[in-house]
Amino acid sequence: MKIHEYQAKDLLRAAGVPVLAGTVARSPDEAAAAFTTLGTPVCAVKAQIHAGGRGKGKVKGSEQRGVELAKSAADARRIAEGLLGKTLVTIQTGSDGQIVRQVFVESGCAIDRELYCAVLVDRRAGSPVLIASTAGGMDIEEVAAKTPDLILTEPFDADRGLAGWQARLLASKLKLPTASWRHAESFFRALCRAFVDLDASLVEVNPLVLTKDGGLVALDAKMTFDDNALFRHKNVAALRDEAEEEPAEIRAAAAGLSYVKLDGTIGCLVNGAGLAMSTMDLVKLHGGQPANFLDVGGGADVKAVTEAFRIILSDPNVKAILVNIFGGIMRCTTIATALVEASQTVGFTVPLVVRLEGTEVEEGKKILAASGTSIILADGLTDAAKKVVAAARA
Amino acid sequence: MSILVNRDTRVICQGITGKVGEFHTRGCLDYGTRMVGGVTPGKGGETVAGLPVFDTVAEARDATGANATMIFVPPAFAADAILEAVGAGIELVIAITEGIPVMDMARVMPVVRDSASRLIGPNCPGVITPAECKIGIMPGYIHAPGHVGVMSRSGTLTYEAVWQLTQLGHGQSTCVGLGGDPLVGSSFIDILALFEADPDTHAILMMGEIGGSAEEEAAEYVKHHVTKPVAAFIAGRTAPPGKRMGHAGAIISGGKGTAEAKLAALAEAGIEIAESPADMGAALVRAVERRV
Repeated sequence: MKIHEYQAKDLLRAAGVPVLAGTVARSPDEAAAAFTTLGTPVCAVKAQIHAGGRGKGKVKGSEQRGVELAKSAADARRIAEGLLGKTLVTIQTGSDGQIVRQVFVESGCAIDRELYCAVLVDRRAGSPVLIASTAGGMDIEEVAAKTPDLILTEPFDADRGLAGWQARLLASKLKLPTASWRHAESFFRALCRAFVDLDASLVEVNPLVLTKDGGLVALDAKMTFDDNALFRHKNVAALRDEAEEEPAEIRAAAAGLSYVKLDGTIGCLVNGAGLAMSTMDLVKLHGGQPANFLDVGGGADVKAVTEAFRIILSDPNVKAILVNIFGGIMRCTTIATALVEASQTVGFTVPLVVRLEGTEVEEGKKILAASGTSIILADGLTDAAKKVVAAARA
Repeated sequence: MSILVNRDTRVICQGITGKVGEFHTRGCLDYGTRMVGGVTPGKGGETVAGLPVFDTVAEARDATGANATMIFVPPAFAADAILEAVGAGIELVIAITEGIPVMDMARVMPVVRDSASRLIGPNCPGVITPAECKIGIMPGYIHAPGHVGVMSRSGTLTYEAVWQLTQLGHGQSTCVGLGGDPLVGSSFIDILALFEADPDTHAILMMGEIGGSAEEEAAEYVKHHVTKPVAAFIAGRTAPPGKRMGHAGAIISGGKGTAEAKLAALAEAGIEIAESPADMGAALVRAVERRV
């Protein structure tokens, strides 16, 4: 689960990570008032959307950037006006962009240097890891690709947290002045602790700023969370902003389905995540474009499968649907029955290609044939892909 | 021969009194697996599927001589169940449970590493040596005994591959589901080493997916340490970055974990690539024929 920058900073502040004072605003008036309340000579007015690249991103149809500096309350009002309710396009939003519903008005600080740090789980080490770099404010992926030497990593134990010496080692490698090392120790250890305690999957601070007075502060903050651990963090789960999420994905999650919307015309309904991804690949290999990823899971019943069809059909781009089921524990007869019931209750408006294999496959095919439902049966993966691509073009 | 499990493996099920645990315990019994008991705290003394239930893994091990466990405990308690099995000295711990918090697994990993136990999973279909021992949720009948070692990060995709192999007349020595989570107990490399050392495994088929770098590491390992023919398929060529594709581990983030990078690394290591999921069995055949 993703959250906004201002929410991440609230969480980090509570965890003892230094962040600047700021206020979220949902109208130009609120933004102007926030500037006055903060009382610093300069404030940043930052669009709050669930995507990065805001500083370089632009509002559709104007030169307004996603992050701008305000030197007066009037400035703050003008910038907020240019952002709120408008569509911001960044490198991460795609060309459609995302609507800005709130801005974060944050006090400024005197920047000496910009650094980078992040905490995530290192699959290879099997532990959380703190990553830091002197190349702050830049595209870290580009830094990692071109100058891997600039990326520093310190794995740490989830229970013990980052050790003081590890923080000092990083401070030294980042060439921070020795007077700032105690700040670095406190900053990095609190950040790592917050990552573990909140079951985050990513905390990214870019840039991490060394201020003129030698302190460290998180100028930007991005946090994402492990969905599987939200049950034990009600306060974090409450930060979900459904306005930022795809409505069909919210609906699918409620039905216990795993669904990701894509841009193509061929709806896919599959059991198992790996097979679902492979089915999308197969469609593309045969010249089609998948409209979605959808894994109905192993224990799907008629109700869940029906909801899956409703979600796929709610996408106006869908011209044909491919059902690919490899029955294991899930029996083909169960799926076939669900298909027939779904076709009666949902009503298919586009061609449906079905490929069944595995447990009780012959009985399943008989159920489909006997139902009189208009279904194109396919033998094997390749046949299914060819048939659904042809059907989508017809 | 085979790897990890055979007809002598003595298996308990943690979470046997749950609906899913009982269902799959029966499935394993039907297949011929030597299921010897189960564990559910507080339900010791009961009987499920004709097997004795114990309160703790240690008691179950002492009473039954179990050397393997399959875990169906719900996600919030599954990490503790893994630790209990490791603590009781169970040699092979297979965690089927899906949805365990990653941080729980980050706490489990060092304990497993410092123990004599091997962990497979979590979020995996399990392990099967055809006609000998099935531990997990895979449909038994699609398998046939033979000499292809199969390993994968995904469940139903493994079934698809195994089915293709069986239809092509290639049975399997052992099939291992590694699991779809970011942190799993055994990697491709761990299992590659076992397959390479197993005289009964003549070729290896692996299914990877987007996310992480396990496939790239496997490719590097194959290049230097594996003499047997290897074929591979990577799922998720069409997956967009930043979106989790069902599995918690299947996500392209920070430009890393793309299918293209993985395929390039595998091909560079001399591994035969299946271009389509319909081509997995055939790719294994090509890999074998290339050596003849």
